[in-house]
Amino acid sequence: MAAAVELRNITKRFPGVVANDGVDFEAAEGEVHALLGENGAGKSTLSNILTGLYHPDDGQILLYGEQRVFGSPRDALDAGIGMVHQHFRLVPPFTVAENVILGDHRGEGKKFVVHPRHIERRVAELGERYRIAVDPRARVWQLSLGEQQRVEILKSLYREARILILDEPTAVLTPQEAESLFETLRVMAEEGRTVIFISHKLNEVAAVSDRVTVLRGGRTVATMATAQTTPHSLASLMVGREVAEVGWISREEWLGDTVLTVSNVSALGDRGSPALRDVSLTLRSGEILGLAGVAGNGQRELAEVVTGMRTPTQGSVTVDGKRLRPGDARAAISAHVSHVPEDRLHTGVAPSLSIASNSVLKAYRGSRFAWGPLLRLRAIRAHAAQLIRHYDVRGGTPELPARRLSGGNLQKIVLGREFDGQPRVLVVASPTRGLDVAAIETVHAQLRKAASGGVGVLLISEDLDEILALADRIDVMYEGEIVAELETGAATVEEIGLLMAGGTAE
Amino acid sequence: MIRIERRLEQPRWLDVAVPFGSIVVAFVVMTLVLLATGHAPGHTFWRLIVTGFGSTFALNATFVSATPLIFTGLCAAAAFRMRLFNIGGEGQLYMGAILGAAAGIALGDRSSWLSVSAMILAGIVGGAALALIPGVLRAYLNTNEIITSLMLNYIVALVIDYLIFDSLSYWRDTSTPSAKVFPQGKVLPDAASWPVLHIGGLVVPFGLLVGIAVAVFVWALYARTRFGFEVQVIGDSPRAANYAGMRTRRKILAVMALSGAIAGLGGASQDGDFRHTLDPRGLTAAGYGYAGIVIAALARYNPFSVCLIAFLLGGLQNAGYALQGVDFPSGLVGVLQGLILFCVLGGELLVRYRFAFDRRSRRAEAAA
Repeated sequence: MAAAVELRNITKRFPGVVANDGVDFEAAEGEVHALLGENGAGKSTLSNILTGLYHPDDGQILLYGEQRVFGSPRDALDAGIGMVHQHFRLVPPFTVAENVILGDHRGEGKKFVVHPRHIERRVAELGERYRIAVDPRARVWQLSLGEQQRVEILKSLYREARILILDEPTAVLTPQEAESLFETLRVMAEEGRTVIFISHKLNEVAAVSDRVTVLRGGRTVATMATAQTTPHSLASLMVGREVAEVGWISREEWLGDTVLTVSNVSALGDRGSPALRDVSLTLRSGEILGLAGVAGNGQRELAEVVTGMRTPTQGSVTVDGKRLRPGDARAAISAHVSHVPEDRLHTGVAPSLSIASNSVLKAYRGSRFAWGPLLRLRAIRAHAAQLIRHYDVRGGTPELPARRLSGGNLQKIVLGREFDGQPRVLVVASPTRGLDVAAIETVHAQLRKAASGGVGVLLISEDLDEILALADRIDVMYEGEIVAELETGAATVEEIGLLMAGGTAE
Repeated sequence: MIRIERRLEQPRWLDVAVPFGSIVVAFVVMTLVLLATGHAPGHTFWRLIVTGFGSTFALNATFVSATPLIFTGLCAAAAFRMRLFNIGGEGQLYMGAILGAAAGIALGDRSSWLSVSAMILAGIVGGAALALIPGVLRAYLNTNEIITSLMLNYIVALVIDYLIFDSLSYWRDTSTPSAKVFPQGKVLPDAASWPVLHIGGLVVPFGLLVGIAVAVFVWALYARTRFGFEVQVIGDSPRAANYAGMRTRRKILAVMALSGAIAGLGGASQDGDFRHTLDPRGLTAAGYGYAGIVIAALARYNPFSVCLIAFLLGGLQNAGYALQGVDFPSGLVGVLQGLILFCVLGGELLVRYRFAFDRRSRRAEAAA
C-alpha cells in the first residue's frame, strides 16, 4: 500500500540558512504521525511545503503514490490536506459556520448567496461524529481558544481533508481538553485519515501518536514506532546529545520578605468586560509563584496590572512596600519590576527595530545609555553585542531587525534584557512557549537562578509541567479569579487541570 | 504564470537598483509616448534635463520650486515615522503663511533681522497650532488623524481665501481704489524679505537653507536622541512602547506639533522668500502639502532623501513649464511627469515584493 504522504529528499533554502536539507518523511493512511523537533529543526518549513505555502527547491511530494506539485495553498487544500495552525486563521466577528465555508471554492462557499442553514446542519453533524461539538451559530470571538481550535479542525473536515496537520495543538488547551482532542484525532485515524501532529512535548507524542519522525537541523534523524521510544530517548534524538531528566527539584533556600503584594485588584479586559475580579496575592523574595490557568482567564491582564500596562478599576499593587502608581508602566519599571510578556514579537520587542534598540527598550532613559537627551549609540551597540554573546543568540547582530530572529532567539533577547534590569519582581508569561528542549533547560535554569538570587518570580504558564517543575506555590486562575492556592508538592496535574476548567478540588 | 510574492529579505542593493530601474522604465515608456505624438524623444529629454538642471538659470528656478517641497516633505516624513499620518501639511503651510505674513506686516520696516526671525517663529507657531488640533483629538479621543488633518486643509484653504477675497482683513491691501476692486494681499515691507545667498551665479533662497537645516535637525532628532528612539518604538509597535513605559500621548502631541511647525515654516518661507504677500490663489493652486506626502513616501521618510527628491521633483516641474509651447501641449508635459512618478512609485512595490515566474509550468512538467 502506498503511503498517504511521502516526501522525498525535500530541500528548502532561505537566504543564509537551509531549513530543510534533504528531508524524507512518510505517513501512512490511518495513523497519527508525530513530527518532533527543536525550534528551527525545519518542522514548520516542512509543513508549509506540504500545505503549498512554500515551494521546495528540490525533492518530491507524493500523495497516495502520486507525485504532486503545489503552486499555492489552494492546490494543497484541493488535494485533501488540511492544516490547523498554532495561531488560528479565523475571522472573529463571523459565525462558526461562516468561518467553515470561508475560502471554500467548490461547495457552498462558492455561491453568491450563502445558505447558512445547510452549512450549520453539516457542521453540527461533523461535530457530533468527531466529538468536537461547537455551536455553528456562535461567533468566533465568543469562543474559548479550545473551541476555536475545534472550528479549525471542523473547517478541514468540512473540506474533506484526508490529511490533517496540527501545529502544536495543545499549547492552548487544558490537560482535559487535550485528552479529548487526542480522542478526536484517534477517531479520524480510525476512519483512514492521516494525522500529522507537530509537537515538542514528548509526553503528548507518546500519548497520541502511532509513529514519530524526529527532525534535527533540517534533516530527518529517525522514524520509528512510538511504542519503541521513551521520552528520554526522543529528547536525546531531538537535541543530538544526552539531556538531563526534567523533574521537580526541591529548593531548600529560605524565602525572604514579601516583595510583591497585589490586593483586591479588579480590571477590565480589552473588550471592556471584567477580566479580573478581586485578585489578591503575595510573592516573597526568592519565591517562584506559578499562576496556572487556561489562556484567557485573566492571567495576561493580571500581569499587565502588576507591570503597570493596564489600569485596574480597583485595588493596588505594592512592590517592596511602596504602592505603585496604577497604570504607569514607568513606575513599575523604576520599582524594578521586570516583565517577559506573552506576546514577545509585538509587546516584548519593537519587531522592525534593531536588536540593539530592543536591548535598551527600557534602559535607554538611564545615564548608562543616554547623555542628556542624546543616546550613547556606541554603548548601546556594545551592550547588544554583549547580550547576544552572553545569551547565545544565534544569528544575531546588533543591527539585525528583531523580527528576523526565530522565536527562541527572540525570547533570549527579551529574557536577557529583563534579567539585566536587576529585577526585584520578575513577571514571566509563557517563557518557554515555542522554545526547543535545550533552550527550555536554559530558561528554567535562569529562572531558578534569579529566584535563588532573591528575585520574586511570578510565573504565568499554560504548561502545567513547567509550573510543576519550577513553582514553589501554585495559584490557579479561572474566569478572572484565583480559585485555588496549592503547595507544589501537594498538587497533581489532574487536580490542577480540573481547577483550571472551573471544577472544584476534592 | 507570474505571481507576486513577498520578499523574505530586502537586499540593500535594491534600494538603489529599484529607483534607478524605475526611471529607466519611465524613460522607455516616455519614448513611446513621444514617438506616438510625433516628437523627437532625444531632443525632448535633453531639453527636460537642461531646462530643469542644466544652467544657473534653471537651477535657480529649481531652488525656488524645491524649497516648499522640502518643508512639506519633511513635515510628512517627520510624522509618518511614528505612523502618525499627518495629511494636513497643506493646511499647516497656509497657516504658517497667514501668521508669517501678519508678523511681517506688523513689524513694518524696523529691522530685517527682527522681521525674519519673527516670521519664522510665527510660521512655526501657526503650523504647530493647527497640527495640534488633530494631534489632541488623536491622543485623547483616538480620532483618526488622517481624516481630521485632511479636513482641516479645506477649512484653512477657505480661511485664507476669505482673508483676501471676502473681507477687509488685516492682510488685504485696501490702500488704493483698484485694490478694492481687484482683491490682493498687502505687500510685505522690505525688511520682511528674506535674504538670498549668492554663490557664483546661483541664487540660493534663505528658505532653502532653513529647509536643509531642518532636515539635519530632524535626522539628528530621530537617529540620535531618546525622543527619536521613543518615536521609532511607538511607530513600530505601540504595545511595545506601552510595555516600555513610554508616554505615547505626549509623543503624539510633540510629533504633530513638530510636523506642523515644519510645514508652517514652509508657509512663512513662501511669504518671505518668494511671494512677499499673502497669496491664496498661488498657494492653494500649488498643492505643496500633497506633493510633500509623495516626496516623503519616495524618500522612505529619510530627511536627506526628502531634500534630494524635492530638488529633483522641483526641477521636473520647472522643466515642464519650459517645455510646453505651441508644438508641445501642456497636457503632454503632464503625461511625462505623471509617467515618471507612476514608475517610481510603482517600482517601490519591487522593494518589498518580487515576481515569481514559472511555478505553473513546472507543475505542468511534473504532471506530464
